[in-house]
Order: sequence, then C-alpha cells, then structure tokens
Amino acid sequence: MRRSVALLLLVLAASAAGAADAPALKAGVFDPPRAAPDFSLRGSDGGELRLSRHRGKVVALAFGFTSCPDVCPVTLATLTEARKKLVAAGTDLQVVYLTVDPERDDAERMRSYLASFDPSFVGGTGAPEQLEAVRKEYGILAEKVKTAAGYAVAHSSSIFLIDREGRLRALMPYGHPADDFVHDVQILSAP
Amino acid sequence: MSLRRPAVRLAAAVLLGVAGVVLLVGIGWAALAPIRFASREEVFEIPKGTWARRMSGDPVEILPSEIRLTLGIRDVLLLRNLDDVPQTFGPALMMPGQSFRLPFEVASSYQFACTAHASGQMTVIVEPQPDAPWARLRWRAKTLWRREEWR
Repeated sequence: MRRSVALLLLVLAASAAGAADAPALKAGVFDPPRAAPDFSLRGSDGGELRLSRHRGKVVALAFGFTSCPDVCPVTLATLTEARKKLVAAGTDLQVVYLTVDPERDDAERMRSYLASFDPSFVGGTGAPEQLEAVRKEYGILAEKVKTAAGYAVAHSSSIFLIDREGRLRALMPYGHPADDFVHDVQILSAP
Repeated sequence: MSLRRPAVRLAAAVLLGVAGVVLLVGIGWAALAPIRFASREEVFEIPKGTWARRMSGDPVEILPSEIRLTLGIRDVLLLRNLDDVPQTFGPALMMPGQSFRLPFEVASSYQFACTAHASGQMTVIVEPQPDAPWARLRWRAKTLWRREEWR
C-alpha cells in the first residue's frame, strides 16, 4: 500500500515537473486542445484534400484567397521561410491553405499561386457552403467587400497549428516572424 | 476658545504635513518600486449562462473592445469559456470549458476580428515595459484609473 502511494506521488510530482518545464509556445494555446475538425475539399494537387491525410506531421492551416493584396502574401512568405528553416533542421511542416473565395479560386489557380511560394503547400477549394461549414468549425470570419477592381474578401488572418496527432493546439496571430513558427513547430513536432 | 485656536491650527498643520509626507512617499514608491504581479495573465471569462442571457435579449459585454497589456508585467491574455456552448472570444473559437492563452512579445496595437463585439473588432494594445520612474508612476496611475473605469 505504502509503495503504491509513494509511486503515485512520484508520478504526480514527475507530471507536475513536466508541466512546469513544458516550453511555452509563441502562439496562443488552446487548453485542453480539441481534435482539429476534419474536412473533405478539392485539393490544389487535383486530389481530395483531407486534413486527416496529414496526420503525423505538424500542419499550419491558413485561410485566404489568391487575389489577396496584402495579408496572404505576407503569411505565405513567412510560412515559406519557416518551412525552409525547419526542413534544414530536419523537421517537416505541412502548410494547408483554404480559400475564402471559391468563385475565383479553383484548384489550378491555387496550385500555381501556392507553387510560387513552396510547391509542397496544399490548397483547398470547394463549394461555397462546404467552405463556409469549415470556416464555422474553426471560427473564421470572411466577408466580401466591394472594391474599385471588383471585390475582395476581408478574412481572419490567424494561422492554426495542428499537432501530429491532429489536435488543434495553437493559433498564431498575423504578423509573427518565421522564427516564431520554427520555434513552435519544433516543440509540436517533438515526440 | 482663543487658547484653542492656535492648537487647532497646529494640529491641522501637523496633519497636512503628515499627509504631504505620506503623499510624497506614495509617489516615490510608485515611481521607484519595481512593478511585480503574481501572474502576467490578464484573465477574461465567459461565465456559465452567457449564451442563454444573450438569447433572452440581454446584451452581455464581457470582453472590452480595447484591452491594454504591458510587456514584462501583464503581457498574456487568458480567455476562458465557462459557458455550455462554443464561444468566439477575441480571435479564438473556444469550446465549453476551453481556455485560450495568448502571449505578446512585441509592443504594438493588434486588431482581431471578433464576433463578440458589435463593431466586429477587438483591439489589444501592448505597451512597452515602464522602466523609467516617470513611466512607472504613469503606468500605475493609468492602471488604477482603468480598473476603476472597468468596475
């Protein structure tokens, strides 16, 4: 009895120490993490895009559109730089980019747009109601706004970080440098 | 009565003097003492029953549309959903019982889309750490004022 109580205390102390030592992420952290909602969309690689297909890798999930004049190019350039550094350090990162503008963003357009950043990036498009359902699951806002050239889409600019087990662990607000992604992805990739 | 007047004046002068010294000591402390908090988290919670109250027409405001944080002192935003339904709180959609902890490392103004506000926007202003005495004094005075305002 004494031995099992001592063992229990040891386990509790070890887990408390582990929690205290857990390195903090630069991104905002969900606690407890929930399973990242899965989806089935048309992938920019021509196949079906399912989030669960990337289980085993850390995924950076971003929402945007290929005609975005400012936020998306910065986000994707940051993720390109982060992935380059991660790959050099032996860690993989899968970037998944879902459109908020399915009227203009077909699979081919997304493929060529993403390839200009990093050919490994995967885009997702589909019917407007399909994409709206995905946005709702992630709490993403997107609204069409008229512009002189036609329209743009005002959208949430944060990036979700999903761990190797498919849990929605963190949300990186727009504007963080590539090194913050490198830092967090390395922590999330640790076994 | 005439004997009393000088005594009253003296007592008043002593009291004023003491009050002045206390005020000076207070200002000196506020300017020079390092700012310490047990936690760097600024916590906001959605209480249980918020959704039901909103549905019944009660315009519940939990999260101010502008939040001010200070680097090195209060630079972590901690949002908790204690309600029974998912809630969008600042930048994050949180499930019941879930929390979202967002640290800041750069002094700046951050805009987040937020459905919890009528404007659809939430601003987090992160101010630099007040290291100089005057900055500390101003920070303490502002913090005291904001807390009174928010109460």
